[in-house]
Amino acid sequence: MAGKKLTFALMDSAFESARTTTAMRLIDIAARRGYDITVFAYEGAVMLPFAKQEQHANKVHGREVEEENHPLPRKFIASMMTEAKKNGGSLDWINCGLCVDERGAGEAIEGVRRGAPPDFWKAAETTDNTLVIATR
Amino acid sequence: MKALNIIETAYRATIEEQDDTVVWLTHAMKGAGADLSVLLRGNAVNYAVKTQDASGLSFGDTKQTQPPRLAEDITRLIGKGVEVYIVEEDVAERGLERTDLIDGLKPVPRAGMPKLFAGFDRVWHW
Amino acid sequence: MAKYLLIESRDAFDSKDTTTYGALAADLARDGNTVTLFLVQNGVLTARPSTQAAVLTAAIKAGVEVLADDFSLRERGIPVSRLVAGVKAAPLDTVIDHLAEGRKALFH
Repeated sequence: MAGKKLTFALMDSAFESARTTTAMRLIDIAARRGYDITVFAYEGAVMLPFAKQEQHANKVHGREVEEENHPLPRKFIASMMTEAKKNGGSLDWINCGLCVDERGAGEAIEGVRRGAPPDFWKAAETTDNTLVIATR
Repeated sequence: MKALNIIETAYRATIEEQDDTVVWLTHAMKGAGADLSVLLRGNAVNYAVKTQDASGLSFGDTKQTQPPRLAEDITRLIGKGVEVYIVEEDVAERGLERTDLIDGLKPVPRAGMPKLFAGFDRVWHW
Repeated sequence: MAKYLLIESRDAFDSKDTTTYGALAADLARDGNTVTLFLVQNGVLTARPSTQAAVLTAAIKAGVEVLADDFSLRERGIPVSRLVAGVKAAPLDTVIDHLAEGRKALFH
């Protein structure tokens, strides 16, 4: 199945919805298969690759920072970019520019680029399929 | 490629964004040449109600000067050549009459969804 | 006719709209299309036999293949041996398979 190209549109911000976990799981499967993946992050989803996410301790769990090892979406995304490339594919993450501006989310991890709705349409037209995972 | 944008969630962040983000996205993609149609279902059928008025909010001394004008945004989509379908049962269940709604909509029954979907390469549920 | 993948992430206890979505899957199948309804997240709560199982039973009767994400099931302590008759556990990879196949795909 190598050589397939998929597009995803996401809307949820980090830490707010199980939809984000499902989206990450799907992207991970595609990355392991070496697909060329395009993600159009719309609205809150532009916070997913925000570079300033940081882990913290968790006194309720009784764990310090390292042991708690709190998930950070930016790390998942960076790791999946590497995974896709390792398997002959790619993960092109596009943050909707106006959504970035209104949220002050300009500092994203390396490999994320700024885009606009026409980029989503172009990706949808030029890839094998597109899945929209909207918010509620 | 022809795509159908199904809009269901209504009034989510419409005050903060001053529009519906998926209606806006449809406008933006249409402007770039996308071949798109819209289906309003669920609570989003209320976007077609003529008498919506979200004006007048202020927070401290900061006034919202551009409230969302959702019915107008849908009308403008129709004006751009985007077909806007609306689910008949969802309209009726919400106590709406045809005269409550803007002009130019294309009513479709729930049972008509398969036939509607068949005309599109992609069907996206927002 | 076409092939469809309808992903349901919501459950019938929380969202009345899951009934309409399940009915859509059934209508698409009755119209001659190949349809898979893939339950994920809280959508799998409806896969445990309960007062809300009717929408899945009706979909299966109409010819819809109803699958439930095995991770979501395990996350919620729903054993594979205790699912609504006709619902099968499946890995999330199935969604990627269906996307790669070109199915019209909707996420609810």
